[in-house]
Amino acid sequence: MVEEKIAERESITGQVIQRKPRSRKHLTGLGLLTFILALTAVSSAGVGAVPVSPAELWGIVTSKLFGAAQFAYREEQEVVFWFIRLPRICLGILVGAGLSVAGALLQGLFRNPLADPTLIGISSGAMLAAVLTIVFSIGLGFLGGYMASYSLAVAAFSGACLTTLLVYRLARANGEFKISTMLLVGIAINAFVMAVTGLITSLANDQQLRDLTFWNLGSLGGATWTNVLTLLPFVAATLVYTPGLSKSLNLLALGENQAGYLGVDLRVLRRRCIVLATLAVGVSVAMAGNIGFVALIVPHMVRKVFGPDHRVVIPASALGGAIILTVADTLSRTLTAPAELPIGVITALMGAPVFIYILLKETGRRV
Amino acid sequence: MMEILEVGYKANGRSLITDVSLRIEAGRFVAIVGPNGAGKSTFLKLLTGELTPACGSIRLEGRDLKRYRQPELARRRAVLAQQNHVSLPFSVREIVMMGRYPFHKNAPEERDFAIVEACLREVEMLGLADRVFPTLSGGEQQRAQLAKALAQIWEITGAFLFLDEPTNGLDLRHQCHSLEIARQLAGKGTGVVAVLHDLNMALQYADEVVMMQHGKVYAKGRPEETLTEENIRRVFDVQVRLVKLPESGERIVLEVGNRKSAIGNQESAISDRKSAIGK
Repeated sequence: MVEEKIAERESITGQVIQRKPRSRKHLTGLGLLTFILALTAVSSAGVGAVPVSPAELWGIVTSKLFGAAQFAYREEQEVVFWFIRLPRICLGILVGAGLSVAGALLQGLFRNPLADPTLIGISSGAMLAAVLTIVFSIGLGFLGGYMASYSLAVAAFSGACLTTLLVYRLARANGEFKISTMLLVGIAINAFVMAVTGLITSLANDQQLRDLTFWNLGSLGGATWTNVLTLLPFVAATLVYTPGLSKSLNLLALGENQAGYLGVDLRVLRRRCIVLATLAVGVSVAMAGNIGFVALIVPHMVRKVFGPDHRVVIPASALGGAIILTVADTLSRTLTAPAELPIGVITALMGAPVFIYILLKETGRRV
Repeated sequence: MMEILEVGYKANGRSLITDVSLRIEAGRFVAIVGPNGAGKSTFLKLLTGELTPACGSIRLEGRDLKRYRQPELARRRAVLAQQNHVSLPFSVREIVMMGRYPFHKNAPEERDFAIVEACLREVEMLGLADRVFPTLSGGEQQRAQLAKALAQIWEITGAFLFLDEPTNGLDLRHQCHSLEIARQLAGKGTGVVAVLHDLNMALQYADEVVMMQHGKVYAKGRPEETLTEENIRRVFDVQVRLVKLPESGERIVLEVGNRKSAIGNQESAISDRKSAIGK
């Protein structure tokens, strides 16, 4: 009987095949995003105090790769490209991808479109640690050369991990983990961290204040190859592992019980999501400061275009985040050149109106 | 086959299920009936593995439910819950496809698509398949969820389907239709366990009825043996008459009034109280 029905269904191929173009549409979309990202990266590499045309860029890259340049370029351009622009673009791509994927993960996990790394304390923990490091100039000199210069990054990352851990522990204090509790604890911890940050900020001197502001609003200005290579494994790990979670995250949209009935081990899923998000966000914040709104908005925009399936939302968020951060960084260093705007200002200025627009459209449709 | 042996469950120090033993054969439609707070939903949750019994054991195919891993269970039983809030705007077809997730790795296969279509047609939702789930009416959502549950156990012989008030929010036609689907499934070898409120539905569709009261099984067996005037009066506190339809011989439960006005309420009220203290 069952077999008959399926056979009968399979014979009506028109209906069955109907879903195929959807996934092809997704692939096309992802391809398009990759293309846009490449385009943004190339134009970002060309814009600035020392302009580099695409032809010159091609010359610089080919001479490095094959030893022979097809197009002429100036040496100054080569140096600017290899040591200033390219690491900065790479850092932007990694940070953007990491933050957005973390946002998508957390929004899926909490079944809440407003969840972002700030909510469960990742960002604020990183911030508190960074503020402490700057104001009390806590160094990690004892760890020796290379580590010492990364005091701020190491501190921020540890801060992120510690607060997340604390929030997570508190949320399961009663033995049973409740996501609503985790969100509430996250809010409480955030408020506490904000207060302490404010308190310490009032003790800071002028130079420290400037450092703090800049760090608080984020900047890719400090990009070096070392930064990029430090961040790479963390973001790469997140990007490699998250696609495996997408089916479970889809099921979670049905509710925790239903996800369980369909084979999702919630404890494992929860732990994986939180660890991956903390890694990606913690290290990103450590390298580039607190860049707001990206993790919140990019998954929203992606869902608007591609629908809610996490199998496409996650890779598309990575690409979208990378694009947005590259654009935002290009704006941050060119709009007020030679001065630089904090990138967090740009992302918030771009993000807030987009977000409100999305929300209005959504409620308009629902009501 | 499921064997439930002397199962008990406590929450916050209160005993919700006490000493329940039961055998549920695959291929049977078992209805669980009882007044509010009798522990029907809790019992169903124990059967699905969502809750773990405090004592006693539940065995599925001879193996303790606790020993199953979640993905294994997902390929052996499906659950239609009472509350079905979906937080993301998935289409109905995507929701039903989720019933197939335990069976494919990353991308669905041809067979999964075929099963999804078959299930959508089964619940008469093909026309609404591309609608966004949260925009559907309550009854339509319930049917889509039923299709998802069907998709989950479509090819499995000896699977179990657990339904918690499956007729909730459905119009009369679809109430009958859903239960008819469940009965057909049972006919094909699936074990169906449904919490039902409508005693007439239980009489009409179930092979077996389990009547619960105060977290215990009050009576179990064939519907006409279990759903007697006497049992219903004692468990539901309602005076009923069972009427036999002259043409088919089917029985209907007719309510004739609250037992409060009936004779003998004193003694059973006392026995009720006794059993409440006994807990």
